[in-house]
Amino acid sequence: MSEPVSTAGAEVAGLRVRITDSTLRDGSHAMAHQFTEEQVRSTVHVLDEAGVEVVEVSHGDGLGGSTFNYGFSLEDEIRLVAAAVDEVTRARIAVLLLPGLGTVKDLVRAHDAGASVARIATHCTEADVSIQHFTAARDLGMETVGFLMLAHRTPPAELARQARIMVDAGAQCVYVVDSAGALVLGDAQMRVSALVSEIGRDAQVGFHGHQNLSLGIANSVLAVQAGATQIDGALCALGAGAGNAPTEVLAAVFDRLGVVTGVDPQAAAAAAEDVVRPFIPRLPWMDRASIVQGYAGVYSSFLLHAERAAARYGVPAHEILQKVGDAGYVGGQEDMIIDIALGLAEQRAGRPLVGDPR
Amino acid sequence: MTGTTEAPGRRAVAAIVGPGHIGTDLLAKLQRSAHLDVAYMVGVDPDSAGLRRARELGVEASAEGVQWLLDRPDPPTIVFEATSAKAHAANAPLYAAAGIRAVDLTPAMLGPLVCPVVNLQDHINALNVNMITCGGQATIPIVHAVSRVVPVDYAEIVASIASRSAGPGTRANIDEFTETTALAIERVGGAGRGKAIIILNPVEPPMIMRDTVFCAIPPDADRDAVTESVMAMVDEVRGYVPGYSLRADPQFDEPQPGWSGRARVAVFLQVRGNGDHLPPYAGNLDIMTAAAARVGDLIAREQAGKDAVMTP
Repeated sequence: MSEPVSTAGAEVAGLRVRITDSTLRDGSHAMAHQFTEEQVRSTVHVLDEAGVEVVEVSHGDGLGGSTFNYGFSLEDEIRLVAAAVDEVTRARIAVLLLPGLGTVKDLVRAHDAGASVARIATHCTEADVSIQHFTAARDLGMETVGFLMLAHRTPPAELARQARIMVDAGAQCVYVVDSAGALVLGDAQMRVSALVSEIGRDAQVGFHGHQNLSLGIANSVLAVQAGATQIDGALCALGAGAGNAPTEVLAAVFDRLGVVTGVDPQAAAAAAEDVVRPFIPRLPWMDRASIVQGYAGVYSSFLLHAERAAARYGVPAHEILQKVGDAGYVGGQEDMIIDIALGLAEQRAGRPLVGDPR
Repeated sequence: MTGTTEAPGRRAVAAIVGPGHIGTDLLAKLQRSAHLDVAYMVGVDPDSAGLRRARELGVEASAEGVQWLLDRPDPPTIVFEATSAKAHAANAPLYAAAGIRAVDLTPAMLGPLVCPVVNLQDHINALNVNMITCGGQATIPIVHAVSRVVPVDYAEIVASIASRSAGPGTRANIDEFTETTALAIERVGGAGRGKAIIILNPVEPPMIMRDTVFCAIPPDADRDAVTESVMAMVDEVRGYVPGYSLRADPQFDEPQPGWSGRARVAVFLQVRGNGDHLPPYAGNLDIMTAAAARVGDLIAREQAGKDAVMTP
């Protein structure tokens, strides 16, 4: 594969980009998975009206994510998927699935409820665990999208190799997923370029940005310059960590750049302000803990879990997150947050965690 | 395993089918057994490093498959299957017809799911037993330790393993891991409902296997009794997996919204492998071979006891 070429400043006017809105999936993290059916219906309704083509609805950690480890959903996610499907006139409903957590059976249930886009996510170096799920999704007749999470953890060429595994398994698009909001400009663009070089003839390339270092929008624009044609956003940035690239800002920026998304910037802004903002308990924000996530490269959805462990064990959330980054934990290892908090509490108390020395 | 004195009479003749890393690690463990004598290692590839290694250790090894094994003048009474689910499905009827007991380390699940410290006694005479999954062997003892003290209507486990220790079989069918483990959490662990999660982590140097067990328990459960039961179980598992340890005391949390009125106990485990053939970080593979060796040992001891009674 050739070296990724910088496409900075490339002309994007006239390009067609599809925005997938993840308010009702990535936003589930920020809502501690407490979405109500009414919130889902009203959000899907305005997104559909604004011209968003794909709306993702799932537990934040994907199908089957309702657990002790990630937090139990208030409402059964399959019911929420069915409600979303019922609400749309044009948009299609996507679901997320993390192999190892959700299964093909979960995907079949979501498909039966009307979901038509399957987004299959793995850690950026573990694409081969998704092969059975892509096969199943294609057999179900679903559109398929691959998600290479924590994409900052592996260099562009290796990321492209992993994308190839997903495409060979049946992915029609593969995303560079900046789960930690850790990619800084060129880091994001080079990864997208590498994927476009490797899979561009056979599949699309997407980008999923987070705001931990405030670069979700800028990285998304750079991604489009490098050839990405699918971009994720969330209304009011509602997502893990400091949130996602805000859909309403993506719509406005792409419109200004002449990129055709089909999303009406005014309608998207209204959807964010009038529908989503009122039900958000806490707007995503670049606070100390989420900046540490971007800086140390920590999975964004660890934020609320770290805050809970911080409160439970009396240690600062940012210290927990820094240690999570040092240990190299990956998406799904929320249990290790408690483990690290226990270790920090032990250090502070100066006594061992196992009471009965053996 | 330690503390076993000499077996009554002759050790049972055993064979390992599948000379891969699992089979080779299992051989190292079984060579320490007081009740089993691994006489044969069987594969299908003449160039197999595992077959060569077995010969170096004095084990008769052949690439001529299971039929070769069945044709031995002194055939095994117990076989450890470390091939694949498909191969075991083909081999199992042959073992059964020859009256050979099978300890199945593949996901074939033809026989009852067993965990040596939980339910082996219920199946000690079964012709074929299945070893569940690595995550199951690491966590089900803890689910059982909690459920034998208080009702557990839901249990969930998270197994984190080094990416390098996940073989192609696990990667190609990761759903099989989550579904089999969840089933065994219920059937063997005693939880009303089970959920299993597996995470592959590629960090270098590789992470040692970690397992977390969450059990929903009544808010008024006797927490000291739960802790005591968990501690006792950890000691018991350590009898055959020396690197099995708690990272912290069991952690109790009060009921929270979404927990259906239940409190929670969380148990954080680390499984460091013995480093017999596989590297110590691969605790997931080690606990599988150690548990299988333990099961084989107990089956052989039971059989030897019976033979001793029947032969005056």
